[in-house]
Amino acid sequence: MEIHKYEKAWLVGALVLIFFFIGTIAYVSAVVGVDMVDDSGGALDVDEVSEDERFADPRVEQVGEDEYEVYMIAQQFIFRPGTHDTVDVPENSEVTFYVTSIDVIHGFQLVGTNVNTMVIPGQVAEITVEFDEPGEHGIICNEYCGDAHADMEGLLVVHPEDEWEEMQGGDG
Amino acid sequence: MATFVDRFPFEAKVVRVAFALSFLFLGLGGIGGMIQVLHRTGYLRFVEEITGGTYYTVLTSHGVFLVVFFTIFFLVGVFTWAITKDLDRELGNPGLTKYWITSMTVGALLTSIAILAGFTNELPALGEVSADVLFTFYSPMGAHVLFYLGLALFVTGSWVAGFDWFKTWWGWKKDNPDKRIPLMTFMVLTTMLMWYLGTLGVAVEVVFFLIPWSLGLVSEVNPLLTRTLFWFFGHMVVYFWLMPAYMMWYKIMPKLAGGRLFSDPLARVVFVLFLILSVPVGIHHQYLDPGIPEGFKFVAMTNTMFLLLPSLLTAFTVVASVEHGARQRGGKGYFGWLRALPWGRPAFSGMALAGIMFAAGGFSGMINAGMNINYLVHNSFWVPGHFHLTVGTAVALTFMAATYWLLPQLTGKPLAGVKAAAVQPYLWFIGMTFMSNAMHRGGLLGIPRRTSEPQYEQFDYEPVFGSVAELDFQIVIGGALLVASLALFFYSIILTWFGSKVSADGGEGEVIDDEIPPALSGPENAPRVLDNLKLWVGIAILLIVLAYALPFADIASDGIYEGSEYIPVMIEVLT
Ligand code: HEM
Ligand SMILES: [Cu+2]
Ligand SMILES: [Cu+2]
Repeated sequence: MEIHKYEKAWLVGALVLIFFFIGTIAYVSAVVGVDMVDDSGGALDVDEVSEDERFADPRVEQVGEDEYEVYMIAQQFIFRPGTHDTVDVPENSEVTFYVTSIDVIHGFQLVGTNVNTMVIPGQVAEITVEFDEPGEHGIICNEYCGDAHADMEGLLVVHPEDEWEEMQGGDG
Repeated sequence: MATFVDRFPFEAKVVRVAFALSFLFLGLGGIGGMIQVLHRTGYLRFVEEITGGTYYTVLTSHGVFLVVFFTIFFLVGVFTWAITKDLDRELGNPGLTKYWITSMTVGALLTSIAILAGFTNELPALGEVSADVLFTFYSPMGAHVLFYLGLALFVTGSWVAGFDWFKTWWGWKKDNPDKRIPLMTFMVLTTMLMWYLGTLGVAVEVVFFLIPWSLGLVSEVNPLLTRTLFWFFGHMVVYFWLMPAYMMWYKIMPKLAGGRLFSDPLARVVFVLFLILSVPVGIHHQYLDPGIPEGFKFVAMTNTMFLLLPSLLTAFTVVASVEHGARQRGGKGYFGWLRALPWGRPAFSGMALAGIMFAAGGFSGMINAGMNINYLVHNSFWVPGHFHLTVGTAVALTFMAATYWLLPQLTGKPLAGVKAAAVQPYLWFIGMTFMSNAMHRGGLLGIPRRTSEPQYEQFDYEPVFGSVAELDFQIVIGGALLVASLALFFYSIILTWFGSKVSADGGEGEVIDDEIPPALSGPENAPRVLDNLKLWVGIAILLIVLAYALPFADIASDGIYEGSEYIPVMIEVLT
């Protein structure tokens, strides 16, 4: 087959570009380490979510010195916790979210960030985030889930350390 | 001068019917698009507040009408034209042809009825009917069974259409035993083989899961399984929309530019690459899905990157062929040749502008395809920003442009409303530049897609520059220009369609241009193995098995008919 010399150069260039893309992504995933949503959260039976010890009482739980876990249920059209009460964590913490749905497919995203996952009934999405700075993040459902989908939002508050300690003191 | 309609009156009629249906859905979809633009930005809301349900009725119709019915009706029309013209031969079995066009029409009608019933949520005789499930119809949200049945009829109809074209080619081959497959025929056949392989996913999803489930014959389906079946089909379909546009870019655009296709062999390589690579990439739509191990996502990502290759090759060949045409017309200089192109002729300018937008779309697509960055933009407004450049312009504008050139051949009437047609592609281009740019930027701010009212109570977006109000304004302006462009398209097409065959001066009518010159480097330079369709299908199946066997086994181990019960889209909202 006859290939023009510019054509050949272009072909080689295209292949180099493709390998470059694959290479950078492999490097970033394997070496730098990017937390992907995968099957690590496990599967569960939709009808038995309320009997699962993580989701029977959706909550924020401290599991290590600066480590927290959030067990969250997404349902038409709220996040529990998140919508009616904020999700509270301290700054300089590592927070792992476990999110599942009890009805249709939802999304879970901290607005404008790469903290983003699908929430599929029967599956638990696991996603770990480091919060280094205090501030507020909107939580939205970014997958259509029914009539009032646009109302499905919540708030996550990352508290400054002193404020956090006061809050803990107040509780105890 | 006998043109297509004189030589093949039956086939011309089939193409006209397919085009008429296609454009009907284009028009309805365009109206829906404008309603969405106005509602999301808050400029004008026809339906107030909590009954956001109506917005999703519109959005479902916009998605299904445009990317299923508009695109695929056009495809079956243009492929029928291509096969007939390329092989210089009738389809040969009118009964079969009538069957598939009827099946597709009835299917489209049933699905449309189910969707549009969403405005009132009921139909006489059927009671409650709604299908506000968007074009992805993810379970466990369930549509009325009519919605799925219509899609099944539509898709099986398209399978029979493919069979019709294959039969025509088999007949031709018998009469021409030693000849190479002509190029347009080669494109049609490889595209249909890709379609057969890829639609298996959605066919299994609809026939074995969603239909029995919406009828209550099975009580549960596995949402991750049906979703994965959908995306087995869902990326391939992107190329199904694109292949007829590629066919136009390869065969017709260079000719309109005054030249001819550069390389026939390379065009074949490109279509073969699409056939073997376009299915085993579907999981790249599920990078953010829980329940799918990271390794499978990585395989899909790697395949996706290789899928850039045929598009990059196309860019080269098409630009080179168009440049060759421009130089034939006397174009000179490094970039000066660009000025020698027929920019005033809408069939050319539409395809060329579509190609330019496709390059921009390809760029935002490369960003989507990277796994890491995908996390930022997944399900944000960035995504419709991206595909309004690809399917919404590269495909849609090419189809409109091709119509300016094809319709005279199909009706025997010269193009009317020529001035409107000449402006139309430019309006589309400018409108889409506004709308898509603002969608991309909005997505980076975190504005989600598929939402009637992306204005929230608990937080505000934080733009680095500009403001949300400015983005909204751009979207509304862009949408308005797009609708105006559609109006011009319809004006010209309808005028042509219902115009008279005889030109104004009472003469014999203009000569209708329907010549397609052969490629500079013809099929004799293409290795024979390229025409070995069985081999390529075999390789395609192998790659599909490698990419999908383990994910399906893994997901099915959670249960095939276990998971979620049917949740109808109509729900009482409790607040
Ligand atoms: C008149 C021109 C058009 C306008 C004003 C328009 C506007 C829009 C808008 C604003 C959305 C986002 C809605 C949302 O996510 O809430 C959208 C979605 C979409 N548009 Fe268009 N559009 C136009 C033409 C097209 C064309 C020509 C196509 C394809 C051939 C197309 C395909 C789609 C698809 C597939 C979606 C996604 C639907 C979904 O998320 O389920 N649009 N359009
Ligand atoms: Cu939602
Ligand atoms: Cu895709």
